[in-house]
Parts: sequence; C-alpha cells; structure tokens
Amino acid sequence: MASAREMRLRIKSVKNISQVTRALEAVSASKVRKAVQAVTATRSYATKAWQVLTHVAAQPGRQSLHPLLTMRPSPKAALVVVITGDRGLAGAYNTNVIRYVAQQFDHYSVPVKYIAVGRKGRDLLIRRHKDLLADFSNLPAAPSFADVSAIGRLAVDEFRKGEVDEVFLLYTDFINMSRQMATVKKLLPLEIKSGEGRVMDYEQHSGPSAAYEYEPDQREILDEIIPRFTALQVYQAILESQASEHAARMIAMHNATDNAKELATAYQLQYNKMRQQTITNDILDIVGGAEALAAK
Amino acid sequence: MPIRCEIVSQDRTVFQGDVDIVVLPGAGGEMGVLPHHAPVLTTLKYGVVKVRRGGKEDIYAVSGGVAEVQPDIVTILADAAENVEEIDVERAQLAKKRAEEALAKGAPKSPDTLLVVEAALRRSNLRIDVARRYRKGENHFPGT
Repeated sequence: MASAREMRLRIKSVKNISQVTRALEAVSASKVRKAVQAVTATRSYATKAWQVLTHVAAQPGRQSLHPLLTMRPSPKAALVVVITGDRGLAGAYNTNVIRYVAQQFDHYSVPVKYIAVGRKGRDLLIRRHKDLLADFSNLPAAPSFADVSAIGRLAVDEFRKGEVDEVFLLYTDFINMSRQMATVKKLLPLEIKSGEGRVMDYEQHSGPSAAYEYEPDQREILDEIIPRFTALQVYQAILESQASEHAARMIAMHNATDNAKELATAYQLQYNKMRQQTITNDILDIVGGAEALAAK
Repeated sequence: MPIRCEIVSQDRTVFQGDVDIVVLPGAGGEMGVLPHHAPVLTTLKYGVVKVRRGGKEDIYAVSGGVAEVQPDIVTILADAAENVEEIDVERAQLAKKRAEEALAKGAPKSPDTLLVVEAALRRSNLRIDVARRYRKGENHFPGT
C-alpha cells in the first residue's frame, strides 16, 4: 500500500490534470462555437452548389459534357483526401477517420493514393505504409476558402492528368455536438446519389430534368463551376471536420475532467481512511502505553 | 403559380421564397425568369437581381456567381449578395477608397492579390451604385 505522502502527491497530480482538462474543455467549447457558426454559414451554399453539380451530372450525355464528369471505363488508381486534425486529445476523432479509411479502402479494387489534411492523419497513414501523395498540415484555425482551395485544385489536377481515375473525400460530418460521423463522398467523377440526406427534400420537389441551356456556353461555364464547386466541397468538408474535431475534443475533455474528479474523490477517501487508521493506531499505542504504566 | 427563388451567398442564405418573377444579370444579358422556364445554367455578372411577388419588388446586389434555373426553382449561388436595403454605403465607400489606394500604389506583389483588390473594388462600386439607384425613399436621380 502506498504511503500517505505518495497518496497526497497522487491526489495533487490528479487534481492538476483535471484542471488542465477543464481548461482544454473550455477552450474547445469556445472553438466549437465558432467552428459550428462557420460550418452552418457556408453549409447552405455548399449544399446548393452540390445540388447544381448533381443536376449537371444527371443530364443525358454526361459522358461527353465535361472531362471532370466522365466516368472512366476501367479505373486504375484512386485518390482519397483524408481530413483529420493536427492535434490529438480529441477522443476517438482521428482514429475513427483512419479506421474508416481502412474499412473503405484497404481492400479497394485499385491502388489508392492519399492526400492527408491534418498532421494526425498523415502520421497514421504513414505508419500504415500508405502511398501519400501530398500533405496539407497545420491549416489555420478558421481557414478561408483561399487557404484550402489548393487541396481541391491538386485533386482536380491529378484527375485531369489521368494519374487517378477516381477521387474520394473522407471527412467527419458534424451532425451535432455529441454526434460526428466519418463520411466518404465521391468527388470525381461525380456520383449521383439521390438518397443523400440533405439533398433529398430538394430532389422530391424538382428532380433532375431535361438538358440545360448554357450561358455563355457549356464548355466555359462547366470549366468554371466544376473545379470550383469541387474545391468548395473540400472546403466544406474541412469546416465540418474542424467543427467535429472541436466537439469531439470538448466531449473527451469533459469526460476526462469527470474521471479525474472521480479518481481524486476515490483517492481522497482512501487517504482519509489511511490517515484515520494511523491516528487510531497511534491512540491505541498511547492508550496501551498508558495502561502499561498505570499497571505498574 | 409562383416560382421558388433561393439566393445564397457564400456565407448565408440571403433570400428564399415563392415569387412571381426573378430578373437576373446573366452572362448573356438580363434574364427574366417566370415559372416553367426551361432549365438554364448561367454565370452571373455583377449586377442586380430583382425578385417580384405580389407587386412588391426586392432588389439584391449580386457580385458574380452562378444561377441555375429549373422549371419550378431558381437557385442563385452568388459570390456575394445582399438586399439593397442592407447595403452599408459608408463601408462600401471606405472599401472602395482602400482598394483604389492599393491600386494607386502600383502593382501588388502577386497576381492573386491584384485580383482580390480588383474584385473588392468592383464589389464596392456595385454596392454604391445599386444603393444609390434603388434604395427606397431616397432620391434616385439627384438633380432632377
């Protein structure tokens, strides 16, 4: 059994930890608020942009519409953009993403290359000996579209050059404070999934219809909007992921604080008992000694 | 039968509702969209989007973007958009001054910043212009 001094030290260190985790929780709480604001602010634009893209892709003759919409007959390589955080201490946030990557792409039909966004993801991918094409780590806390558009551009370029035939985006969707979900989305060539949650209500109300008229002309407008909206999806995914990361960290730190408090109480109780025990023993000694003296 | 109109800028939903007609500044010129319009995808110029419902007209300043027209819905994805009544003219004027000063100082370091400054200038010009021309209760044509 530990000595009283050791116990005291342990209690102190547990209490210190709980203070640190509480501070981290408070920091994450304020960050998550900002991140959620950012993500909900851009969500409507990104969702609408995605709808427009799916409508374009749903048109008859999509194969010849634009190179970025063309399905390649026999894909030879795929690219996955994996979005994680730069830091740990966020519960299972980073591992969930990587586990999902493994689940989706470890036994994929073609070789897979990765673009890592976030240091944790990069490290974990390297540890698993994945083919890393690029690494975008240490993004600013609240990135602007310009900060991250390079990621989307790189993905589009790789696809254009024919280095890869499919591009996926793997990120954490922010559902609410206590629920975040690793999600995969096919970026290029565009896949139409009418079952996608947020698009649903819209689809019912106006399904993809006849061919568009284009102004100025088809080529020009598709050239402009497809790469841009693709980059926008990456941006939105990063915002979603950041909100998720902060939320996950907040919850993790909250739990850590609770655990530390519980532990501190348990130790304190044990320490008190121990202390009481020594006092009792001392008193017994004294009483015993006194009685021995009195007996003489 | 009305047509649904949604104006979304990069940071918020500016307008959504059922309207009678939408007039938007398409790449090929002003375009009026009534219900049951043929599907169109067009880029937008800097200009105004007019939305009319029941004789009431709302004006929005739109700085470029894309519009998608479907028979029952118009989606306007604007780089920036705001109701004419919301435009902060003073701020726009300040922004304009800043942009002009930046341009007057000579060519910025990178073509990227040049584009940003130019876009800012165009945006503020549009805002000032639109506010002057369309704002309710103000003299639209000073001097007449």
